[in-house]
Amino acid sequence: MTDVSAPNGVGPLAHKGVRPPATDAGFPHEPSREGADPVLADNRFRVFLAEFLESRVAAAALAMLILLVAVALVAPWVTPQNPYDLGSLDILDSRQPPGAKASTGFTMILGSDGVGRDLYSAIVYGLRISLFVGVMSGVLAMLIGMCAGLLAAYTGGRTGALILRGVDLQLSFPAILVALMLVALLGKGVEKIVLALVAVQWAYYARTVRASALIEKGKDYVEAARGLALSPARIMLRHILPNCLPPLIVVGTVEIAHAIALEATLSFLGVGMPPTEPSLGVLIANGFEYMLSGRYWISFFPGIALLVTIVCINLVGDQLREVLNPRLRR
Amino acid sequence: MTALVEVRGLTKRFVKRPDLAGRIAGRLGADIRAETVHAVDGVDLAIAKGEVVGLVGESGCGKSTLGRMIAGLLEPTEGEVFFKGRSRVRLSGAEAREARLAVQMLFQDPYASLNPRARVETIVGEAPRVHGLVPRAKLAAYIDDLLARVGLSPDEVKRRYPHQFSGGQRSRIGIARALAVRPEVLVCDEAIAALDVSIQAQILNLFMDLRASLNLTYLFISHDLGVVEHICDRVVIMYLGRVVEMVPTSELFAGPNHPYAQALLAEVPRLDARKRVFEPIKGEIPSPLDPPHGCHFHPRCPHAMPRCRTEAPRLKAIAPGRLSACHLNDA
Repeated sequence: MTDVSAPNGVGPLAHKGVRPPATDAGFPHEPSREGADPVLADNRFRVFLAEFLESRVAAAALAMLILLVAVALVAPWVTPQNPYDLGSLDILDSRQPPGAKASTGFTMILGSDGVGRDLYSAIVYGLRISLFVGVMSGVLAMLIGMCAGLLAAYTGGRTGALILRGVDLQLSFPAILVALMLVALLGKGVEKIVLALVAVQWAYYARTVRASALIEKGKDYVEAARGLALSPARIMLRHILPNCLPPLIVVGTVEIAHAIALEATLSFLGVGMPPTEPSLGVLIANGFEYMLSGRYWISFFPGIALLVTIVCINLVGDQLREVLNPRLRR
Repeated sequence: MTALVEVRGLTKRFVKRPDLAGRIAGRLGADIRAETVHAVDGVDLAIAKGEVVGLVGESGCGKSTLGRMIAGLLEPTEGEVFFKGRSRVRLSGAEAREARLAVQMLFQDPYASLNPRARVETIVGEAPRVHGLVPRAKLAAYIDDLLARVGLSPDEVKRRYPHQFSGGQRSRIGIARALAVRPEVLVCDEAIAALDVSIQAQILNLFMDLRASLNLTYLFISHDLGVVEHICDRVVIMYLGRVVEMVPTSELFAGPNHPYAQALLAEVPRLDARKRVFEPIKGEIPSPLDPPHGCHFHPRCPHAMPRCRTEAPRLKAIAPGRLSACHLNDA
């Protein structure tokens, strides 16, 4: 992973006045590195962070993402209205342009939608749902895919082939088609969407884990672990899995963005979240019919929120790939 | 006296079956068959307690495969491995685990053989902790003792990760990991080949110190005859999956019997042969997919006779403690 002893002399080490050990280039077996870098041992995370922040764009994306998540988490305290509380909505406030005053007195900075929801509040609450759905389905799909991929790689043979064919089958269907069918069967609701997204996405994780687990499996340290009579479960989870994590993290971030987009698509098509609990996709769909009548804001602002969220996650994912993949290293 | 480790008729074949497309093509008349590699072909070998046995041969002759089978990392296709006179496949449960732990392998690549995500204390301490070889309270002291034994200072190294060490240090960590389960036999698969010569000497000395202090037995797989001469009591020479000569080290270097052994020895660089022009053994090692009939070495052997092409020579005693597989000995 992060090879903290990279002797290029640039980056965070130079600033702290710690001279990087200059032994690597000529003498790979030089035994004198012992004791030279006690600082580095504890600083892997800091070095990792510094490398991550080297890209201004990624740093900005990360900051934006943290802001979005924070706002979504504390939604009730940063919004003037609870858009899910139908009693607090006033039909007279509907379709107001950005900056209009609501009947209860607060300013609707982004305007309101067709049933009188303050759009800013609705977007923050919608973001909450979108992020929750994305992260939940991402984590669940990762867990399932990880187990399937590890099992496929470790057992090989018939079980492995069976899992692999399952993955291929899953990936040969367009994700949106499978998700649409599942949601149509299961019905609306957060947990059902999460289920559908997990069913669509586990295969990506399984394939990623299997590929890197196969590489790790052939290495001598796994042989050594077998020679030490450690159990297969321990070898898979403690030895192989930790070494498969970097690509998994990268795929995870990208797939979370993907899941958020899929959820928005499903909601836009009317099979995702119910209209009483609008996610970003529902909001965009609601405003869609007003687009041509000049009331652009009802679709526009939720759309921007969705776009910014997904772009930020993807930028962070890209930079993670850059930092975690030693082959792309300068 | 029973040998500590004994193998009888040990054979490993790797079979590559044609895939579906290949099978269909085969049905339609294409010349596609299952490919079989005889990596190891009926090897008998006994290692006594405390002995250091060298296993030499060209790349691809099956010496690593033999080592892996002895260490229990590969299942033999035929034949059995006996540990203290008991067949390993017939052991089960705790006994099987003990027999497996008693033979540990040391690997060639000091970089790939340590889990890059584990600290040294975990690498060394995991197996004894999991198997309950050491009481939990004494584990830390046990790890410290092992690290000190292999020449590392415990306090400096145990909290670190493998990538922070040099090749020689990693080798030492690998040795500590193997010693942690109190093995009786170490199978060293080219364990020092990837190291600088000066470090090689240090590790060899460490092996010999450990042999004395822990009463270890070694199977030392190497292609470096100089190293083998230095540390081994007995040398086993393999060619294309078969043992061609088994001989006490001093006798081998005094005069090898098998033509292949002679050819190997002739190419060891020596000071007294500085002016010599080295003549490599003629030809390549034949493909183990399609080994020659009779004696495997006959296509490259300067003394090949008609009999060598048809009849595989058996390993026969030619002197006390010395075996060779060559028809020339019958003449």
